[in-house]
Amino acid sequence: MDATELQAIAERNRAARKRIRLHCCTSSGCQASHSLLLKQGLEAAVQAAGLQDEVDVAGVGCMGFCGQGPLVEVDPDGLLFEYVTPDDAPAIVAALSGGDAPGVARGNLRHPFFARQQLVVRRNGGKIDPERIDEYITAGGYQALARALHDMTPADVVDTITRSGLRGRGGAGYPTGLKWATVAKAAGERKFVVCNGDEGDPGAFMDRSILESDPHSVLEGMAIAAYAVGASQGFLYVRGEYPLAIQRLQKAIQHAKKYDLLGTQILDTAFNFRVDIRIGAGAFVCGEETALMASIEGRRGQPRPRPPYPAEHGLWGCPTLINNVETFANIAPIISNGADWYASIGTAKSKGTKVFALTGNIRNNGLIEVPMGTTLREIVEELGGGAPDGATVKAVQTGGPSGGCIPAHLFDTPVDYESLAAVGSIMGSGGMVVMDDQTDMVDVAAFYMAFCMDESCGKCIPCRVGTVQMHRLLKKIAAGNATSADVALLKELCAMVKTTSLCGLGQSAPNPVLSTLTYFPEEYESRLRPR
Amino acid sequence: MTVTTHPPKRATTAASGDNRYKILEATMRRQQHQPDALIEVLHKTQELFGFLSPDLLTYIARSLHLPLSRVYGVATFYHFFSLAPPGEHTCTVCLGTACYVKGAAALLAEAEQIAGVKAGNTTPDHQLTIATARCLGACGIAPAVVFDGNVVGRLTRDEIVARVCALLEKLPEIRVKLE
Repeated sequence: MDATELQAIAERNRAARKRIRLHCCTSSGCQASHSLLLKQGLEAAVQAAGLQDEVDVAGVGCMGFCGQGPLVEVDPDGLLFEYVTPDDAPAIVAALSGGDAPGVARGNLRHPFFARQQLVVRRNGGKIDPERIDEYITAGGYQALARALHDMTPADVVDTITRSGLRGRGGAGYPTGLKWATVAKAAGERKFVVCNGDEGDPGAFMDRSILESDPHSVLEGMAIAAYAVGASQGFLYVRGEYPLAIQRLQKAIQHAKKYDLLGTQILDTAFNFRVDIRIGAGAFVCGEETALMASIEGRRGQPRPRPPYPAEHGLWGCPTLINNVETFANIAPIISNGADWYASIGTAKSKGTKVFALTGNIRNNGLIEVPMGTTLREIVEELGGGAPDGATVKAVQTGGPSGGCIPAHLFDTPVDYESLAAVGSIMGSGGMVVMDDQTDMVDVAAFYMAFCMDESCGKCIPCRVGTVQMHRLLKKIAAGNATSADVALLKELCAMVKTTSLCGLGQSAPNPVLSTLTYFPEEYESRLRPR
Repeated sequence: MTVTTHPPKRATTAASGDNRYKILEATMRRQQHQPDALIEVLHKTQELFGFLSPDLLTYIARSLHLPLSRVYGVATFYHFFSLAPPGEHTCTVCLGTACYVKGAAALLAEAEQIAGVKAGNTTPDHQLTIATARCLGACGIAPAVVFDGNVVGRLTRDEIVARVCALLEKLPEIRVKLE
């Protein structure tokens, strides 16, 4: 397999394309609403109408509008059907030859939810069948890897990523190019590339969707990274809660090996790269990179102090590059379109786009990808359509248990790493949970603290004991049994846990408490007993 | 944990005729009995046997040349692994944030009340295990609950009552007061 063969596959597929393609979402969200039965129904209806030479039915990845699923899109007519049931299949097929599909809800692809998005990471989501490598190749897949291997030196690749301004999408926002350069420079015979797919933040499903909808984009990004830093072995660590993602990745790796896009002598070069999947076992702390490495090594997922950083001392003591799923999915487009193109998107310090999972009390639930610098107001009100049933939006929670609640009066804050940190939250991995005026913020703070308390690995005392005490105080406040002394103690504990915990879990655990204390103090104060 | 004083030796368990041991042994062989394959092996074991019994943990420790304490430590550290047999059916309520703001806590309370056990436990007749999940990533269809491996989205209180009652084969009126 070489670049010309890749193109030949793409052309062959394009030539074989039928006039109309029905895209039926087969991601976990829509599968839970019987989209596989729906797909069978569509295939049967196409047969029954005698349209099998003109119409293809494709099971595709996530289109993003998960709250309205299952979705069916007609390509190239631009029709979108929402909440489709298997019984609706004949009506949709009948509508292909002009006319209406009575009784089937119609969506609007020109709605701001779609129109305001800019797709880089989710470029193939909802368009290709994730289980067929040929479709990824037809969409231009693996061309970036071919380009990197044939026309660029590893140093060129690192330089391109550095100039693109890409920052880690796992939440902390460390410059990706800098990380790659450190691993590339590190001395060592063996090096590893690890993809962190342990998406543990409750309310976040960006990485699940990417892995389910476009697994090859992550594998291609990992392969390019391995070439750049000089690694020949990769691990993809995926949550055990994502069975469909695991199954599709296994298939993708198998197909890529068959085409010599993974394995030995990739694309007829001397470059070798093997990827193994490691399945998580339900521990939030494993999203922390040192804990994740411990888990890959078959041990308890407990973090260790840094430095030494994994870039120098990682898996089995070897230099290891760890990036998040979304970061890897950004790599191929950057190599294909150039660093300048990527750097032209976003803000001065945060480049590119970011995928968010917009959920909670909001009309349009789902995945969105917007340029960095888009304001929260645009996301919540224009894309999200505000709160349903006439309620008003009170706050947005970003960053999961490590983030904070941003009140409605700060919705003109642009989403970039620095601006979100300035208002007491974090970018995080991309969960965005909208809360309406019925939401009790003390309860929310207690909910997150209960989460951190359960997920604390128990290694360091501030986190292990501090989260328990903070949770106890929050429960006391919520029950109306606390005094102002308890709030003072809570604040003191927050500062202690934040500054003295070993890893990010403990260091950020107080964030939901601190942000609700700052922005919604009346909800705490109104419940206090006089001393 | 209770550990049998004479753990089954590899030869006898593999020769016991139970096909599951053969599959497990093949999995470990594929990993060349490397200690770092422990989590993979535990996953496979739970998939085959439903849970990790003390005998199984001992067997794995011997096969991978690991101290039993290490195997037990890993098995108890991760939420996914269960040391007790699950019920005939399972009902897993997602308590991720999106589900939570859409009332998942109330759904869980309903399920617990009908089953008469708190989350993480199995009914005495071994019919149903009530469990919770951190986040299924199905936030678009929140609140979501998994019944016997099938995710059901946009669940209402009436629906969870009906489904749990169906799994337990009992009437919705019968509630159990929990501590």
